[in-house]
Amino acid sequence: MAYSDKVIDHYTNPRNIGTLDKSSESVGTGLVGAPECGDVMRLQIQVSDEGVIEDAKFKTFGCGSAIASSSLATEWLKGKSVDEALEIDNMEIVEELALPPVKIHCSVLAEDAIKAAINDYRVKKGLEPLEAEKSIH
Amino acid sequence: MQLPIYLDNNSTTKCDPRVFEAMTPYFLKDYGNAASRSHAYGWKTEEGVDYAREQIAKIIGANSKEIIFTSGATESNNLALKGVYEMYAAKGNHFITVSTEHKAILDACKHLEKLGAEVTYLPVAENGLITIEQIQEAIKPNTVLVSVMYANNELGVIQPIREIGALCKEKGILFHTDATQAVGKIPVSVIDDNIDLLSFTAHKMYGPKGVGALYVRRKNPRVKVTAQIDGGGHERGMRSGTLNVPGIVGFGKACEIAMAEMDTDAARLSKMRDKLENALLQLEEAYVNGTKEHRLPHTTNISFKYVEGEGLMMGIKDVAVSSGSACTSASLEPSYVLKNLGLDDELAHSSIRFGLGRFTTDEEIDFTIKCVTDAVNKLRDMSPLWEMFKEGIDLKSIEWTEH
Repeated sequence: MAYSDKVIDHYTNPRNIGTLDKSSESVGTGLVGAPECGDVMRLQIQVSDEGVIEDAKFKTFGCGSAIASSSLATEWLKGKSVDEALEIDNMEIVEELALPPVKIHCSVLAEDAIKAAINDYRVKKGLEPLEAEKSIH
Repeated sequence: MQLPIYLDNNSTTKCDPRVFEAMTPYFLKDYGNAASRSHAYGWKTEEGVDYAREQIAKIIGANSKEIIFTSGATESNNLALKGVYEMYAAKGNHFITVSTEHKAILDACKHLEKLGAEVTYLPVAENGLITIEQIQEAIKPNTVLVSVMYANNELGVIQPIREIGALCKEKGILFHTDATQAVGKIPVSVIDDNIDLLSFTAHKMYGPKGVGALYVRRKNPRVKVTAQIDGGGHERGMRSGTLNVPGIVGFGKACEIAMAEMDTDAARLSKMRDKLENALLQLEEAYVNGTKEHRLPHTTNISFKYVEGEGLMMGIKDVAVSSGSACTSASLEPSYVLKNLGLDDELAHSSIRFGLGRFTTDEEIDFTIKCVTDAVNKLRDMSPLWEMFKEGIDLKSIEWTEH
């Protein structure tokens, strides 16, 4: 299967690989997927007092499309407010990376990772976790 | 050095130029139908087929009359299983096979189960092998056929064929082996191994695609299979259809070359394979799948833990290999062969099969070692599982969100 140029670019030069201090009050961590499914994403956000995502990091175990989806997600998250970040839809990732149908689950996983990281941050701040929207995958 | 490097020789091989050359006259000059008895075009091609049949029979120690030409090993396997089922229905309906067989065997068995066959699928041990005791215990009064592959396509492990053949002979049960990966690579003898039916194909041994054969024993015992393709009654009535003459001639030539060069090829390739394997095992948490003792000389299957196979293949795009991961398929199921070894799914997802071949060079092996090592290290740097492993976190203790 041929990968799009953008997937190859993110795979070859992934943005924002790394780890943030998950015990920090201002860091939200989302860990989604499962090793037996061949995809695990960990996405972390660091949020300022004003509620702006200052930094985002990821590590992903998965195929090129999974790596590219999470890399792209961290790029988009930086500078957004938490509320804006919640608006990111997996289909935007599919479009941007030109993912084929068999790889749509990679984008779904990236969206799940964003939501999981935000929820982790919300819980730390004493807020209610958001009801997870049931994605079909 | 031409990129990508081809290390997927268990999948198919390049046609040897000597084979290609032997085939060309049969496309352009001697294009007659081998069944045409009335003119020189037919005689000429029949002569070519007869000669090839001898070359092909020789490589497995058979008589040329025992070779039935087919379109490939998949068809040979289907003909063997379905043909025996129909022909020997009066004797019994129980087949014994192995869970790591090729899909051509497993799916043909499933088809026969729907028609009333009873099939025992033997599990393999962690090393990929079955034992003779397992076969012994599975045999029942209504057992008519045991079908065990000679060497596994994903792992290269070689089953105890000789012992199984001897047991089947003693019990009066037919023995079929899918020897697709073995013929031309290691010595195979239908006499010494007491094989009654054997499937093989040209394109795994530097011959052309689209031509294979089924060996059907003619003496002690005389074996017959019911034809699955009806028509002009070619191939002693067991497989109708105009013979693929250029393919058959190429198949013959490929067998002749393989017989002459098998020993030197095997010695050279096992040395290169061992070099590749040992270098890659220098990486932490890298494991060889299947036994290293009873194995084809040119194959190794390695899991790189905490790295996903498809992601790894993308990182080594200059090396053409196969992965046990099937992330591309809708099912997301990793290789059933690796799962049958008892491997965790994550290890099965992390596996790469390297299949060396006649045209593999030392330079290519060196390049592959560097390429794979770099890619594994890079992907581990971005793998959350690797980080957890390094922190001593047991991955089994985590509640994963299945998707």
